[in-house]
Amino acid sequence: MITAAATMSPVAADAVWPAIRWAVARDLKLALRSRTELAVQLLFYVIVVSLFPLATSPEKNLLSTMGPGVLWVAALLASLLSLPRLFAADFADATLEQIALSPYPLVALVFGKTVAHWLTTGLPIAALAPLLGLQYAMDGEALIVLTAALAIGTPILSLLGAIGAALTLGLRAGGSLLALLILPLYVPVLIFGAGAVDAARAGLGADANLSLLGAALILATIAAPFAATAAVRIALD
Amino acid sequence: MSINWFRYASPATFYPLAGKLVPLFAGGAVILAAIGLYIGLVVAPTDFQQGDAYRIIFLHVPAAWMSMFLYVVMAGWSALALGLNTRLSAMMAQAIAPTGALMTLIALASGAFWGRPTWGTYWAWDARMTSELILLFLYLGVIALRNAIDDPRRADRACGVLALTGVVNIPIIYFSVQWWNTLHQGGTVSFTKAPSMESIMLAGMLIMSFAAWFYAIAAVLARARTIIVERERGAAWIAALPEVRNINA
Amino acid sequence: MSAFFAMNGYGFYVWSAYGLAAVAIVVEVLLLRSQRRAVLAQARSTVSAPAPGPLAATE
Repeated sequence: MITAAATMSPVAADAVWPAIRWAVARDLKLALRSRTELAVQLLFYVIVVSLFPLATSPEKNLLSTMGPGVLWVAALLASLLSLPRLFAADFADATLEQIALSPYPLVALVFGKTVAHWLTTGLPIAALAPLLGLQYAMDGEALIVLTAALAIGTPILSLLGAIGAALTLGLRAGGSLLALLILPLYVPVLIFGAGAVDAARAGLGADANLSLLGAALILATIAAPFAATAAVRIALD
Repeated sequence: MSINWFRYASPATFYPLAGKLVPLFAGGAVILAAIGLYIGLVVAPTDFQQGDAYRIIFLHVPAAWMSMFLYVVMAGWSALALGLNTRLSAMMAQAIAPTGALMTLIALASGAFWGRPTWGTYWAWDARMTSELILLFLYLGVIALRNAIDDPRRADRACGVLALTGVVNIPIIYFSVQWWNTLHQGGTVSFTKAPSMESIMLAGMLIMSFAAWFYAIAAVLARARTIIVERERGAAWIAALPEVRNINA
Repeated sequence: MSAFFAMNGYGFYVWSAYGLAAVAIVVEVLLLRSQRRAVLAQARSTVSAPAPGPLAATE
């Protein structure tokens, strides 16, 4: 039976925080060893964002309308590209099995890995957003709202993405299948995230959208790691 | 009278039961659809605002309801399968996905044909149509994941987790019409206040909904039977089935 | 009768919608039938030529 309780032994229950710390530290260290890979993923984001004005038109009004949407979609795609990194390498050399067998609660470890993923993917994307938003003739207020929305939303992308990454571990069409599974779940985040900027521009204020994103983040933080852990166990069986 | 429901939790006993139920529900679906279509296409009066194009509602709304309902049922069977580790629950979840996807497709297509004459466009990215489209992708995702995993038990559990993760989308679709005041008309049928449609239209819609439900049950049970035979291939009771022993059965 | 098909000018939309749905349902039913036939054929061949037991390779 796959339940959260099964992952917590009396000893391991108070090992949750150390487990998270350990997983974050380890995954960050590993990720920073291949700094090129991280840089390439960020570069992918920048390039995709630059493609749209080239394909449509550099007309300022059009750009500033498109801007939030483009930046969000590019963030989604960049997230998808980086998700296999979360579990695949560990799965391939059987480290994931060892991690699952450790006395640390697996949920905490999976959560830690997800946090590390966000730190190396979502956080840089959110940090770059103001700069890239300037390419889209977005004004200061729009940029602030967009960055805030991305800062709240990108962790959700990592949390939900972890579920997809775990479900597709070791499968043949892994990458595209992952996209098919995860993108529908991403859509509400996209709608509220990009909608925050539109709402702010329309004078309605971004509060409603950002609050919804925040609520989604809380829900995802509580629930997604358990689903991802269940998926990891399924892949390891 | 007490029925030991757990008796039917084994594929071997469920199979003949389902075999008897399929023609019953299929026949019921045909009769209900005939009545519902007669009411919807012939009897119900022409709508004042939308003309006869509104008659698509007798197809669109039941299909949309079923698409959401079937996903929730699929998630329910998945929860059972994950919780109790039963094969048959997982097989039922596996059987539902294609029919659910079909209902979603019918809802989307009929919605497009309804949208063109009434709103002027085949497709509008409004809350409910977008959510229904996402629902289609969710169904396709579950089916794709099932096909991508060779081991049936791993596939059962993985699709179960996926289905349960996606079920969050259903309330979003359901409430999307209230949350966003966009193109889509607000829900016209609610259980607490009197419906704003003429009662003959409501009757037609409800009968068509039951027709859709009966059809879905028949299709799902039929598919479940095929899945059972495929996955329980080596079992003795399968070899003893008349349709397996005797080609003419 | 022709008024029924014309649906006051909306005939194309109404009948396209119902027609598509009918086609989809027919396709599903046909697919169900053919899958059942295929699976039953597979089951028959399993029965007539059962998979070799664990000791078969040692003969």
